[in-house]
This record gives sequence, structure tokens and C-alpha cells, in this order.
Amino acid sequence: MMESLTMLEPLLEGFKTTILFFMLTLVGSIPLGLVLALIEQKLPKWLGSIIRVYVYLFRGTPLLLQMMFVFFGLPFVGIVLGRFESALFTLIINYAAYFVEIFRGGLNAIPNAQYEALKVLSIDRFTGLRKVILPQLWKIVMPSVGNEVISLIKDTSLIYILGLDELLKTGRTLANQSASLLPFVYVGVIYLVFTGITTLILNKIEQKIED
Amino acid sequence: MSLKVKGISKKFGSNLIIDNYDFEVTPEQISIVLGESGSGKTTLLRMINNLEKVDQGSISINGVFLVEDGVYKSSYDVKAYQHKIGLVFQDYQLFPNLSVLDNLLLAPISNKMGSREELILKAKELLNQMGLPDKELMKPRQLSGGQKQRVSIARAMMLNPSILCFDEPTSALDEQTVAKVADLILQLQAQGMMILIITHDRTLVELLGSRAQVIESTSFLN
Repeated sequence: MMESLTMLEPLLEGFKTTILFFMLTLVGSIPLGLVLALIEQKLPKWLGSIIRVYVYLFRGTPLLLQMMFVFFGLPFVGIVLGRFESALFTLIINYAAYFVEIFRGGLNAIPNAQYEALKVLSIDRFTGLRKVILPQLWKIVMPSVGNEVISLIKDTSLIYILGLDELLKTGRTLANQSASLLPFVYVGVIYLVFTGITTLILNKIEQKIED
Repeated sequence: MSLKVKGISKKFGSNLIIDNYDFEVTPEQISIVLGESGSGKTTLLRMINNLEKVDQGSISINGVFLVEDGVYKSSYDVKAYQHKIGLVFQDYQLFPNLSVLDNLLLAPISNKMGSREELILKAKELLNQMGLPDKELMKPRQLSGGQKQRVSIARAMMLNPSILCFDEPTSALDEQTVAKVADLILQLQAQGMMILIITHDRTLVELLGSRAQVIESTSFLN
């Protein structure tokens, strides 16, 4: 019992790092993905292909490799980022690439006649986007966004590669120190509780959007 | 007061849809463009509503031009033109996330046509006129086809247009509702609104009777 309690403190410290990366990545990647999807809609095809290439690169290579490339590779071109910044930057641009695709699909699912209705009613673009297009978009994309959010919780564990002490890495260290699998059980339980709570929150948001 | 279409032509690729076509809509008569699918009548309506570009010709309402001799006016003039015309889409195109009242309010608020309170009063009056006084807080999905159409008409009328266009207004309605729509259109015309209807429904034409001028879409290609 005492041993379990002594393990809990470092695990919670690791969990704080996990939550921090999770929140910051969401705050950075969802707006970035949305903005890029909206921009892509308006760009001529050849300019839009720049966004397509970005999406292809970041969806087509492992996140772990991207993190190593950002941390170890970018200094060769004079861009030096710390471990924290490298991990966060990679997570944001990697997840934004997925969100671009989700939002692009959502925007394509809104009937063109809705845009035409906005046009014949002389509703300005910003108002139309805010009051008509985005609320419909959220409703369409929420299930897919929810999936990505849950994936992100688990993907934050990849920042261990840059030496950051997130939940799973802390669990592994404790397992090595105590020659026990118990820390991994705790880690699993903490992840399950966190994904459970996140799923509940996502369901509430989805219900609210449905209404 | 009139909508004037003069010498307009439209091609899609090498397929000529409308060739040097003239016509006029006035308040005295309901104008009905009658024709089969693919005859170009929807293209004509879309050009009049600035959803499709003309290749050549002029379109104006009460002397305010959308396009003159194939040259489109500045965005300021186009906006002035668009305020004079309202469109009721075939499938209504209400905004599904907004209540009936907010569907009516969005355009006039965005166009700064009055205070919110004034516009709410106007919207409620229009909903009353359309026979929908108790539907203002409902979402479009909670309405029947006929009710959606009346909301769509009220939404277009919030901008005080001189002309109201209907794209296939009866295509998704039963016989009884078609008669109600015809009544409503006659009422609007009696109030001085110019009306342009695109349809293939001869029943509607019969219901609108002697107050309608019928243009066959076969005449688009001289």
C-alpha cells in the first residue's frame, strides 16, 4: 500500500505533463486545421496543393520520426528548438494535418446551395461563416474530431523520445526501479479514466451541437 | 418598376442554353417560365440572381444594373441590385442550425437594416402573414415542406425586395399545399410585388390563371 502511494506522486507529475501537451496541442491544432481548411477552399488549385503536400507529409510519416526530425534535424538549418517546444510544435502541426482533412470533408458536406442562400441574402462572409457554416461544420465533424482527440491522449506518450517525463515514461521508470508491473497497471488506469472523462465531455458537446 | 433582361446569352462549353434572349417582369402580371428539365430555365433564374454569370446581355431591376452589355457592375452596385431581388430556392435552403426567427433576422441584421427589436417585430408580422405565428422558435427540421417554403418566402421578404423569384415552388408539395402556395403568390402580387416563377408544373400555372404571363423555355433559343 505504502509502495503504491509513493508511486502515485511521480505518476501524477507525469500525468500533468501529459495533460499539458494534450491541452496545448488541441488549442493549437484545431484552429490551425480549421483555418487551413478554410483557406484551401478559397485558394486556386495550384496554391491549395501546398496545403495538400503539407497534409500528405504529416499524415504519411510517423509522428515519432517527425519529432526526431524537428529536434535533431532542424538545427542543421539553423532552427534550434528545445525538447518541450519541439515536441509541442510537432504534435500541433501533425494533428493540424489530420484536422485539415476532417474540416475539408465537413466543408464539402455542406450543400453549395447554403453558400448560395447566403449570397442571395447579401449576408457578409464573416457573418455567414460564424452563424451558418461553422455551426453546421461542427455538427458534421464532431465524431471525427472526437476520435482524433482520443488518439491525441495516447499519442502524447510519444514525447518520451525527446526525454520528456510524461505519464508512460514515468511508469516505465518506476517499473524498472521497483521490478514490478504495477506502475503500468496504474498508468493504464489513469489513461482509461482520462479518456473516459474526455469521451463524456465530447458526448456532451455533441449533444449540445445536435440541439 | 420592372426586371429587364435584354439580349442575354449563356453557353456551357459548346452547348448554347440561352441565345440573345429578352424578357421583362412587371408588377401587373405574374411571370412564369415554363419548361422541361434541362431547358435552361433554372440557368436563367440563377443568372438573374447572380448565381451564374451571363456571357452577354444586360439585367436590371428598376434601372439598377447587375450586368450591362456583358460587363458586371462594381460590388457596391451588385449589392444594391441584390437587395431588390429575393429568391425562394426549390429546396428552401433554410439555415438548419437557426430557429425560424433567426433565419428571418440574419440577413437584415447583417445588412444593418434596423435595430434588432424593429426587425423582430417585422419578422413576427411576416410570420403571421404566412400563417406561421407559432413557429418562430422552431428549427427548420421541425417544419413541413409547405411551412419551410413559407419561412423561405418570409426570409426573402425581410430584405424588402421588389421582385420575388421562385424556383420550382411546387415540386415537393401535395395538391392541397400547391393551392395554398398559389393563393399566397397571388396575395403577394396583389400587394405590388413582382413575381417570377420557374416551373414545369402546369397545375400551378392553371391556378395562377389570368394574372400570369407564361413564357415557354423553348423560346430561349429563338
